[in-house]
Amino acid sequence: MKIELHDSHIRQIKEICDSFDNNPGELINVLHKTQNVFGYLPEEIQRVIARNLGIPVTRVYGVVSFYSFFTMKPKGKYAVSLCMGTACYVRGAEDVLDELKKELGIEVGGVTEDGKFSLDCLRCVGACGLAPVLMIGEKVYGRLTPSMVKGVLAEYE
Amino acid sequence: MVQIKMHLLVCGGTGCRASESAVLVEQLNHQLKLNGLADEVKVITTGCFGFCEKGPIVKVIPDNTFYTNVTPEDAEEIVKEHVLKGRKVNRLLYEDPETQEHVSDSKHMEFYQKQVRIALRNCGFIDPENIDEYIVRDGYAALGQVLASDPKETIDIIKKSGLRGRGGAGFPTGLKWEIAAGNKADQKYVVCNADEGDPGAFMDRSILEGDPNSIIEAMAICGYCIGATKGLIYIRAEYPLAIHRLEIAIKQAREYGLLGKDILGSGFDFDIELRLGAGAFVCGEETALIHSMEGFRGEPTIKPPFPAQSGYLGKPTNVNNVETFANVPPIILKGWEWFNSIGSEKSKGTKVFALAGKINNVGLIEVPMGTTLRDVIFEIGGGIKDGKRFKAVQTGGPSGGCLTEQHLDTPIDFEHLAAAGSMMGSGGMIVMDEDDCMVSVAKFYLDFIVEESCGKCAPCRIGSKRMHEILEKICQGKGTMEDLDYLENLGKVIKDTALCGLGQTAPNPVLSTLLYFRDEYVAHVIDKKCPAGQCKALKSYTIDPEKCIGCTLCARTCPTNAIIGDKKVPHVIDQSKCIKCGACYDKCKFGAIQIR
Repeated sequence: MKIELHDSHIRQIKEICDSFDNNPGELINVLHKTQNVFGYLPEEIQRVIARNLGIPVTRVYGVVSFYSFFTMKPKGKYAVSLCMGTACYVRGAEDVLDELKKELGIEVGGVTEDGKFSLDCLRCVGACGLAPVLMIGEKVYGRLTPSMVKGVLAEYE
Repeated sequence: MVQIKMHLLVCGGTGCRASESAVLVEQLNHQLKLNGLADEVKVITTGCFGFCEKGPIVKVIPDNTFYTNVTPEDAEEIVKEHVLKGRKVNRLLYEDPETQEHVSDSKHMEFYQKQVRIALRNCGFIDPENIDEYIVRDGYAALGQVLASDPKETIDIIKKSGLRGRGGAGFPTGLKWEIAAGNKADQKYVVCNADEGDPGAFMDRSILEGDPNSIIEAMAICGYCIGATKGLIYIRAEYPLAIHRLEIAIKQAREYGLLGKDILGSGFDFDIELRLGAGAFVCGEETALIHSMEGFRGEPTIKPPFPAQSGYLGKPTNVNNVETFANVPPIILKGWEWFNSIGSEKSKGTKVFALAGKINNVGLIEVPMGTTLRDVIFEIGGGIKDGKRFKAVQTGGPSGGCLTEQHLDTPIDFEHLAAAGSMMGSGGMIVMDEDDCMVSVAKFYLDFIVEESCGKCAPCRIGSKRMHEILEKICQGKGTMEDLDYLENLGKVIKDTALCGLGQTAPNPVLSTLLYFRDEYVAHVIDKKCPAGQCKALKSYTIDPEKCIGCTLCARTCPTNAIIGDKKVPHVIDQSKCIKCGACYDKCKFGAIQIR
């Protein structure tokens, strides 16, 4: 899917790059900031960043694809992330994940057709006392069981 | 001036915040105001108390009352009863599982009795967003002392103390500093590695959230010793609260002249910047971390050259872990002899562990090196959840191994854990019970490694993938005995040939479970059974004819019509049709469905 970047978007990206003195060493910080603004980092945005920092677009893509924090696909309106740290795993996170996949009808990394939910796994939120842990946006749900999944998702209907 | 008569310390660590501790703070303040106590009683949000299992925690000073599982709704009762009338709210006190008695003071809780807190000394005591509270507890006194002396003396103190790197490898810290100090350059760097990637580990994050100034102070001390004027903290972007508190602490330290030019009039300049990670486990490896800080893919490179020779931007760089730094100021203030007297023969001081999994007291603990696994799991940890049997403890995260009942009396230190086939690692400690399948656990870690391998060297990129496939096959009941030999050989080859620490240790969870739980692998391969009953493909569902009354509920629920039987006659499951979804098990009201 091709995306048309608006002139104002290109200006915005330029401003972010300028705020880091267009220093290629700050590439990761530039990407963090840009993703904060746009929600994701499609090819077109990567090209603009590469041009501003004076580096090949392959290097930008290399970094974006290396780090799991960066995404080239837009997330759902509500980003559902299940903790898959060891503590959550041994306390049954896998069963919760199966239930989430079933309820949302998507795989890990996917977005529901209406764009409402996206599903991801993350490694350790650090709230191991509450394992298994689920995050929707900033809100944390603890001590989850598969039977609670439906109710939690219903809060966002 | 109104005197503060009482303090209410509320845990503001990530775990307790997830249980609404921030709302609790608001409610407490609101209730204090309603009762006209806002001037006399102060609510302070602190870092982690460690007892995450029973969070959110509220501690009342001066009487040391320790409230557990406090909800925002409890604020009114705490203020009206305890603060106003001096009557403790008994229902919120910790209940000793053995005596069933309420314990009011945390000093009398078994969880805290065996702990010695050095790195965590301020966590849960001070407001991490207020530098004054750190200073009151001797903060920055060590820096002042160091700046008035020769750097060589300080390096000598650290060397003699026996402090070793807490990130996992255990390299002597003083020696690392000495090497960095000895390399001449126009610019050097001090780096704090806060890229805590182990799943199930949250030691460094808790220190940064609870006591950020201790890291800043220690980095400045290190900078003075090795001749560096710049410090960088590489921290995971997944830790927003820790980042926020570090930013506040750095700003306050600058305002107080504890960072910046001419610190404390000594002529020494030092400042700190934050660098965010972006979710890559391998970036905990120091060469990978440095590449990431330079804006590249976080791929490791062969050592030598070591970062102390050529690190960030090609300059000598000293990289230490968060917990290592947290130990530095107390060593300076209390002397190397004090630190050296704690711990075991070759591992000095304490170690922080994130205790999690199937254990009663999940939390953050700090114990002297040499404490046994049994003490940690059964005394501090309070034993296994739901009265189940202890099966294994995993230390060292994806690089470590699983230890069994026979190792419970092993003293926890670098040497003993390595000799037993695991490792100290950064401090993750996951306890497993009889319901955990060790083949699945090994597969879980390999899954992690496959995802996190940077792909640079073939042994790790391809080898770990092949190991994962074999484990998958075994969990599906399709493994052979030769597969076990393949796993073992492949594991040894990866260990010998991978480029960096991640790859070299990646096979450990598999090799250690193969060593100590071979029976379980064999059961999967020969008997096609998962003894713990966790591997779905190896489960079989049957109906107990004694308990089944023939209500037909299960037959109607079964998505593949695998359950046959007439009304009021015990039903039977057709194993060839059963997809092992467990729907019948969930529906049966008579407990007639059995899983084997």
